[in-house]
Amino acid sequence: MALSEKEVIHIADLARIKIGEDEKKRFGKELAAILDFIGELDEIDTSGVVPMTGGTKEESIFRSDEPVSNSLEGEGADLVGASPKKKNGYVSVPSIFE
Amino acid sequence: MEYTIEDVRHKLRSGELTVKGLVADCMLRIHERDPEIHAFLDVYEDALNEAEEKDAMLKDAPQESPLFGIPIALKDNILVKGRRTTAGSKILENYTASFDATVVRKLKEAGAIIIGKTNLDEFAMGSSTENSAYGLTKNPRDPSRVPGGSSGGSAAAVAADMALGALGSDTGGSVRQPAAFCGVVGFKPTYGRVSRHGLIAMASSLDQIGPLAKTVRDAETLFSAVFGHDEFDATTVRRPYETSLDLSSIAGVRIGYPKEYFAGGLDSGISGKFDELRGVLKKNGAIVKDISLPHSSYALAAYYIVVPSEVSANLARFDGIRYGLSSNEDAKNLFEVYARTRERGFGPEVKRRIILGTYALSAGYYDAYYLKAQKVRTLIARDFERAFQDVDIVLGPTVPTPAFQFGAKTDPLSMYLADIYTVAINLAGLPGISVPGGLVPAGDGGELPFGIQLVAPWFEESKLFSIAKAVESIIKSA
Repeated sequence: MALSEKEVIHIADLARIKIGEDEKKRFGKELAAILDFIGELDEIDTSGVVPMTGGTKEESIFRSDEPVSNSLEGEGADLVGASPKKKNGYVSVPSIFE
Repeated sequence: MEYTIEDVRHKLRSGELTVKGLVADCMLRIHERDPEIHAFLDVYEDALNEAEEKDAMLKDAPQESPLFGIPIALKDNILVKGRRTTAGSKILENYTASFDATVVRKLKEAGAIIIGKTNLDEFAMGSSTENSAYGLTKNPRDPSRVPGGSSGGSAAAVAADMALGALGSDTGGSVRQPAAFCGVVGFKPTYGRVSRHGLIAMASSLDQIGPLAKTVRDAETLFSAVFGHDEFDATTVRRPYETSLDLSSIAGVRIGYPKEYFAGGLDSGISGKFDELRGVLKKNGAIVKDISLPHSSYALAAYYIVVPSEVSANLARFDGIRYGLSSNEDAKNLFEVYARTRERGFGPEVKRRIILGTYALSAGYYDAYYLKAQKVRTLIARDFERAFQDVDIVLGPTVPTPAFQFGAKTDPLSMYLADIYTVAINLAGLPGISVPGGLVPAGDGGELPFGIQLVAPWFEESKLFSIAKAVESIIKSA
């Protein structure tokens, strides 16, 4: 299956990646080849097969959503500090509404 | 200097070696060889001070931990508090970790000395370490060739005696494949054994942290120090682990050779070695059976749906807002901050996988790709389940070829084929280890290492190590 340039731009947009002119062409071609390759899975009949949703067949584990004393505690400042743009101890972002 | 952890452990206690001397040896080795090899992105020179403290502690009281004073290298997608962690990407060029990964906390508690961070394919995406934003790593066995990847720096560091052991991460073979290329041992635990808290995520349903070392015993020592349940990684399990046995012989062990692994595309030198090995194993009393894993040929296709899909979700966090690089200076709006930061910060393979994964998960395609791949995973896991009714261990090549030359794999698909025998193990969540099998002709007159991959049932690491040690000693004595 080929991927048109328009489709590549649309998907890159969804992925929030700006791509250049040469990349549009190259990715379109490369992705089409990969999609062709993974298309071979259509040969397998998977009707009635339960999907494996995680890394093992272990049951999901539930826990209550409570903050725990963890290694991040007291280091909030470091986390904010890692942000490229901050103001008064907060992460600063461009306005969302235009 | 050809240290093993096992060996050094005794020498540190008998006084034949000091921790400082050991760390200094590693540093010397790094200074001598790493300008050429480039295994390390960061070397912690202050490890020498830590070594002095450890020597004082050893004098004060006996230290039980087998890793006490042992210099260990870490793949640079594992966080060490206060240290730069790049994941081999420009987008994290100036990122300093604000906490220790659980495996790092455990290594430090065991007394290990972290001596530096090793090179990798960007965000662990690659099979040759050619995709790093910080230059390529060379294979210490033949510097004209790749060390494998994505944990290529960790494998090269161990192979060149710059560290006694290392940790890498293995999503589709990224520990076992470079171990095979560099002639060292690489181990991927059962999914859920080792906490990924503090590992920069690639594909969360596949990622496991695993050790690289000189011997199977050393790899087990490292694994024993880092495995276990962790409340910061909900996929980790509460399951006991018992130290492996030193089998006096391999007699009676049932070993399965999957016929699909020897069908086509396998280097003739490696194929010949496996024919020889079959005879040697039989002579030592093992029961070698031909088995079938019928869905083997589909593993790579399923893998290249699951990985990009999960990558596209996991790497959404690199947005120029919370950490790392940001192109926020002339951005008109938030979308531009995201799109430009990611344009500048990510390399081609990372972009390719994010875009592919976004496509596979986009409206209307989920069932055809991701869901289909998850169903195929079930079939692949069932293949192994069935095989393990007849055999104790599955054995085959780790990689179809020895290490290739730089630039040999230019299109993405041919690079993906280097993982053909390893990805199924991650898809099924099984434990697998690559043990050096010896040398094969490189095609240019030289010789290169190859790996033997052994796979055990889920959570049976003890059995895997026991048999791998026996196979290792048979190969060494052959």
